[in-house]
Amino acid sequence: MILHSLRVKPMHGYALVKHIKLVSDEMLQIEEGSLYPALQRMLRAGLLESKEGISAKGRPTRIYRLTKAGIEHLERERSGFETMFAGITRVLAVAKA
Amino acid sequence: MEWLRRLLFRRRRYQDLSVSIQEHLEEKTDELMEEGMTRKEAMQAARRAFGNVTLIEERSREEWVWPKLEGTWADLKYALRQSGKHPGFAVTAIMTLTLGIGANVVVFGVLNALIVRPLNVSDPQRLYIVEHQQHGYYSQSYPDYLDYRDRNSTFSDMVAYDTISAALGTGQTVTKNFGYLASGNYFDMLGVQPELGRFFHANDEPGTNSAPYIVLSHDFWSARFNRNPHIVGATVELNKQPLTVIGVAPKEFHGTETYFWPDFWTPITNAPLIGYSRHYLENRSTHNPFVLGRLKAGVTPQQAGDDLNSICRQLAEAYPTADYGLDARLVKPGLMGDTFGDPVRGFLAGVMVLALLVLLAACANLGSIFAARAADRSRELAIRLAIGGSRWVILRGVLAEAILVSLAGGLAGTLLAKTLLQGLSRWQPFVEFPFHVVVLPDAKVYLVALLLSLGSGVLFGLLPARQIGRSDAVQVMKSGPGSQTTLGGFALRDLLLGVQIALCTLLVTASLVALRGMERSLHAPLGFQPRGAMLAGTDLTMAGYREEQFLPVEKRMLEEAALIPGVSAVGIIDRTLMGEGCCGSETVFPADTTDFRKGVFDARNFSISPGYLEASGTRLLAGRGFTWHDDADSPPVVLVNATFVRMMFGNTPAVGQRFLLYRGTQPKEVVGVVEDGKYQSLTEDPQPAMFFPLPQEINDNYTVLVVRSALPPTEIAAALDRTLTSIDPNLPLTLHSWLDALDLALFPARAATAALGIMGLLAAMLAITGVFGMATYSVSKRMKELGIRVALGAARVELIRSALGRSMILLLSGSVAGLMLGMLASHLLAQIVYEATPRDPLVLGGTMLTMTMLGLLATWIPARQSLSIDPARLLREE
Repeated sequence: MILHSLRVKPMHGYALVKHIKLVSDEMLQIEEGSLYPALQRMLRAGLLESKEGISAKGRPTRIYRLTKAGIEHLERERSGFETMFAGITRVLAVAKA
Repeated sequence: MEWLRRLLFRRRRYQDLSVSIQEHLEEKTDELMEEGMTRKEAMQAARRAFGNVTLIEERSREEWVWPKLEGTWADLKYALRQSGKHPGFAVTAIMTLTLGIGANVVVFGVLNALIVRPLNVSDPQRLYIVEHQQHGYYSQSYPDYLDYRDRNSTFSDMVAYDTISAALGTGQTVTKNFGYLASGNYFDMLGVQPELGRFFHANDEPGTNSAPYIVLSHDFWSARFNRNPHIVGATVELNKQPLTVIGVAPKEFHGTETYFWPDFWTPITNAPLIGYSRHYLENRSTHNPFVLGRLKAGVTPQQAGDDLNSICRQLAEAYPTADYGLDARLVKPGLMGDTFGDPVRGFLAGVMVLALLVLLAACANLGSIFAARAADRSRELAIRLAIGGSRWVILRGVLAEAILVSLAGGLAGTLLAKTLLQGLSRWQPFVEFPFHVVVLPDAKVYLVALLLSLGSGVLFGLLPARQIGRSDAVQVMKSGPGSQTTLGGFALRDLLLGVQIALCTLLVTASLVALRGMERSLHAPLGFQPRGAMLAGTDLTMAGYREEQFLPVEKRMLEEAALIPGVSAVGIIDRTLMGEGCCGSETVFPADTTDFRKGVFDARNFSISPGYLEASGTRLLAGRGFTWHDDADSPPVVLVNATFVRMMFGNTPAVGQRFLLYRGTQPKEVVGVVEDGKYQSLTEDPQPAMFFPLPQEINDNYTVLVVRSALPPTEIAAALDRTLTSIDPNLPLTLHSWLDALDLALFPARAATAALGIMGLLAAMLAITGVFGMATYSVSKRMKELGIRVALGAARVELIRSALGRSMILLLSGSVAGLMLGMLASHLLAQIVYEATPRDPLVLGGTMLTMTMLGLLATWIPARQSLSIDPARLLREE
């Protein structure tokens, strides 16, 4: 989800939290801070890169953006997820029939 | 390289992270304020929504690898700080461990060099010495060797070798040197390549005296020939027989005995050529060489042993007299089979156990100090636990300190041990023998040192862990420091101290037992009086004499030595009692026997001249000594010792009785009985022995002239040297006082005493620091209470009793336990130490006295401290 959000446009941390809350319709109630370990993990894996930037309020912060590897990873995850999802749908269809 | 970049830039990473989180919180706060909250409310709400900032930052950082590393580094820094804060403890601990680990590394170094490390040849693991089943009987006859070699199906090859001494002459110089008689296939089986020239091979020795070759050791070649590259082809003389030098062995090859470094190797078929009896190669009952075999691949020692034993049965059938009851057993090579292997292994294993006990005592000691400090810090630890510090992190800090200290101690101990081992390797206990005990540490030794350090660090570091693991934060903070985890009224550290004192007492007992045994062995009845006697040893074979020339020369030596002014008695014996090459034995049969397969017993055999009993100071108990009339033409006579009489004749008077030896058809008549003596070692049980007159039993072995005189040894030695050289300047002579010659026999006991003494001393030092630490600690903890007691008018005795009572009880109970352990353990000591018994009142008293002294020494300062308490000042301070 983080990767997907960042694909739309590079954002800083707080903007990312707000974006996720918005798209998930506040369905995902997570501790805001728990985002940061996840971001560090992706940075380390090279899926993201961070740049110095200015927040909407004009304060210095870090802007996170997807790398090429991040985009590829997202595609893989998504196709994997879709395959799995298709599989589940088919099984459910068989079960119904 | 990526990780390096990460490591270098990690501070910036962390900085970026903080900036992000900070901005997040501020933006959130701003938004909330826009919704109408006050700044304070908004900040609190933002933080609530975010979660624990510190924890999240820490978790985010942990996504990178460094935190673990950083944690360890922090632990180390903490440990260093702790050590810096308590330098006394750090220094004591490091010194204690230096001694404890150093002692272990030294002992293991020796053990490694003598037992663990294999011979320096190719594939040494498959080499085995063929011994007899009975321990200590290692030599085989040459004909049996040939049969073993040719009939077995389990060895790829088998060699025979023997260690000998011989007169080696090059040009004008003749010296006594040590070397090997070796079968032709010796070097080929071991897979050794010459440094120069060639080695001899199996096809070089088609028959007796057929291979007049000699191979020199690298050291001998360097020392005597200055590494002359043209030595191959030169001629040297061995016992006056010319032999051609065909090669030089490589520098690192020192034969197949670990500590006996030969100067030369010559084919075993040369034995008769260089003066050995023809029996050496031909007689099945003449047992001389070692037999060393290389197992075929895939063959177990068990299978090979079975194979050899079936050959033994064939041989016993074919040669019922010479090979009666022949059997075989395989042992590891290197220490003359089991002859030295058994005692050396036993001794070193024993000392290793003692060294480990010392280390254990040291760990117990440090553990109790650590536990005491953990108790002092219980409040700090409780607070850390209460604010969410994990027990593991706290424990890690304590462990890091323990391991840091133990590694420092281990390092210092290893350096100390290395120096000692280097010294030991250079040391040559017996200058006249080629004994080299090279015990330089190798990788294995260093690894053991590291493991010991880590092990002891974890051991004494974990001792207080129980305290950390169990401490209940609330309880500790309520009751304050001073409350301690107890074990039936006694703290864990009390128990540790008790154990340590018990171990220490055990070691002190052991070392006192050894010292006492040593002292007693010097005064033990030897069966001769070494004080005031000078020995002149010579080898007539080496000097080129033939058997029939021996007696006239020996008579002349006796006559001329007796003329030296100040000499009161002279005699000759064919071996140095308790010296090199002592002793042979022969089987004794009843006078009327016809079946020579099983004798009554084996007795030590010696040839002596008339006058020997007086010169050696051996008492005659019954009958008469020898005269020159007991010669080859008169009936065979013999002197026996008291044990021989008891075993052979029981209570009937021995003088006038007869018995038979296998080789003689004429019975020997006992003409006298002499006192029992020690023949081979101080610790041996009473052995039966018989003495033959020199003219009736010509020896081809050795001639030892025993000269008794009240003059100083140096004076008599010089006079003897002149006299004997005037008889024959070519006689290879070794001259020393009998007391000096006893060194070899006393060496095991001396080594044991030294080792035990050092261990005892180490243990005593550890006990002092242990009791001292404990007593000081308990006095300092109870200053307040003691101050109140003083203020209330407590008597000094009362005060001391309450301050040091516990230490004293521990000292006493530990000592008693240790003494009992010592009694149990000392029958092990009896193997090496003469008449070792802890029931000796002197040992008991000595141990008690030592422990009391230790106790007084260790509690003196704390006692003074508790007596000098000034209640007024103390109460003001509190």
